[in-house]
Amino acid sequence: MRFTAALRRNRLAAPLVMVAALVATGAAYAAIDSSTSAVQAAVTTETSVTQGKMLFAEGCSSCHGLNAEGTTDGPSLIGVGAAAVDFQVSSGRMPMATQGIQAPRKESIYSEEEIAALAAWVASLAPGPAIPTDEDINTAGANLAEGGEAFRVNCAQCHNFAGQGGALTGGKYAPNLNKATARQIYEAMLTGPQNMPIFSDETLPKEQKRAIIAYIEEMRNGANPGGLDLGKYGPVTEGLFAWTAGFLLLIVAAVWIGVKAK
Amino acid sequence: MSDVVHHESSENRPAPAPIPHELRRTDIDARAARRAERQVATMFALSALFAVLFVVSFVGIDPEFEMGLPVIGTTRPLNIAMGVCMGLSILLIGTGAIHWARKLMPDVEVVEERHDFASSDEDKARLAETFGAGVEDSGFVKRPIIRRTLLGAMALFPIPLVVMLRDLGHDPDPAGSLKRTMWRSGMRLVTDSTHEPIKADAIPVGNLINAIPDGLVELEEEEGNLNERAKAVIIVVRIDPADIVSQQGGTAEEPWDYNGVLAYSKVCTHVGCPISLYEQRTHHLLCPCHQSTFDLADSGRVVFGPAVRRMPQLAISVDSEGYLIARGDFAEPIGPSFWEIAQ
Repeated sequence: MRFTAALRRNRLAAPLVMVAALVATGAAYAAIDSSTSAVQAAVTTETSVTQGKMLFAEGCSSCHGLNAEGTTDGPSLIGVGAAAVDFQVSSGRMPMATQGIQAPRKESIYSEEEIAALAAWVASLAPGPAIPTDEDINTAGANLAEGGEAFRVNCAQCHNFAGQGGALTGGKYAPNLNKATARQIYEAMLTGPQNMPIFSDETLPKEQKRAIIAYIEEMRNGANPGGLDLGKYGPVTEGLFAWTAGFLLLIVAAVWIGVKAK
Repeated sequence: MSDVVHHESSENRPAPAPIPHELRRTDIDARAARRAERQVATMFALSALFAVLFVVSFVGIDPEFEMGLPVIGTTRPLNIAMGVCMGLSILLIGTGAIHWARKLMPDVEVVEERHDFASSDEDKARLAETFGAGVEDSGFVKRPIIRRTLLGAMALFPIPLVVMLRDLGHDPDPAGSLKRTMWRSGMRLVTDSTHEPIKADAIPVGNLINAIPDGLVELEEEEGNLNERAKAVIIVVRIDPADIVSQQGGTAEEPWDYNGVLAYSKVCTHVGCPISLYEQRTHHLLCPCHQSTFDLADSGRVVFGPAVRRMPQLAISVDSEGYLIARGDFAEPIGPSFWEIAQ
């Protein structure tokens, strides 16, 4: 007890507590930095329309109707195409856990084969965008600079300049792209899931889509030449860090200057 | 250190008793003083060393070299080295100076006397006398016609300034450039990423295109600025015609849309942020700066936020080859409001 009391009375105690708080703040921001690499799954080409119809009746029909014609709880899926099904189900957004303003990304409950079967059945109802081929999403040799420009013109307004997402109206949001696979990114541009607009191949050519995917993957996996990225949220986290850490430093300096030397 | 002591004026508040001065260890112990001296000198020397290290790292470290660092992750050591060296080089001069002042410079309290603010009675009397003599000599009292005309002139001379300043703000846009953009009838719409014309029938419902006028890129290079871009940028969306409640103009034969393809300005009418946060199911366009929200299916009206004017719509059509074209300039000024616009 005497030891801790002496420690408290030590003239260095107050500045030390502030330094500790400063370090803790820095460490907390470091923890924000997260980047998870997504695993690119193989596409199954062998599909079974009948298996898809069965899976649909089990897992999807309560909201979308037995023939995907739509109900008051869910929209019609006639003509949405295989790409929309593959995006929604492989990213775990469908089936939704609860009715809500927006379906969040979660672990998919279906296997690759099951998703392919579901997609094949929905695609058999009416023509729609097909699942992009491996060639469509091959980013080898893609122009990163062009991808960055196209991303900033077409995507960054909602998904943030580094793909970290952002808020929309009424509780909706543009999700971050940290876990989206190349195929899912392509499918999202092609089909416009939820409130995202469509960026069709005619108005945003395949070449640019590939470059955009390459840019997103570079932002996700590339180096941070400027040091700690603070979550890549730009002025929000950077400003908060500068104000908090900067003020703590100034207080420590003011205390040191103001305390009379012994 | 200096301290201000009140003498005559603080009758109700006595001067505080001086704080007894305590000697520091460096004042008593010559060895402690020498140690403090060494510490200050070390800080200054280290500052010089880091300045040299800055140059060394700037020259010696490959700018492209990357390595993994704890907490930060993969980064470029050149940036870290430059920042740390320059920061410490400046900081150590400051800490050295403070340490020097705290430990070695005299810390006895010094009283600095301050004279009264008021002039002495003698000075006041002499000023009054001089001023009176001046008034007398100038004839300011004796010659009333001079006095009155001078006062009149003094009263009127600010009027030209007021008239001139008032006119400065009268018309901020004499050339009308705030009311016009480069859009002309028949001008093609091209995408902002590939600069290709847009086939109207290739746009699915729910699609969003960030578009500019054909020829803008050439004009930008010619003028060397982005002024025309700042006014002419648009977004093109396709909404199911059944969902379109109203548009800003057009007739049944010549609507402003083309089969549900609508073009709107991309510049927020609040303070001019470029916006394309379009929600395809609600048809809402959200501005990320101040959350103004426009309903593109209903004449671009404001549904939320600080904007007071609807988002101007651009009338469009297709040419003989099926590409989207403008049917003229915007019917109302785009961008943030200014004085002449009634909401």
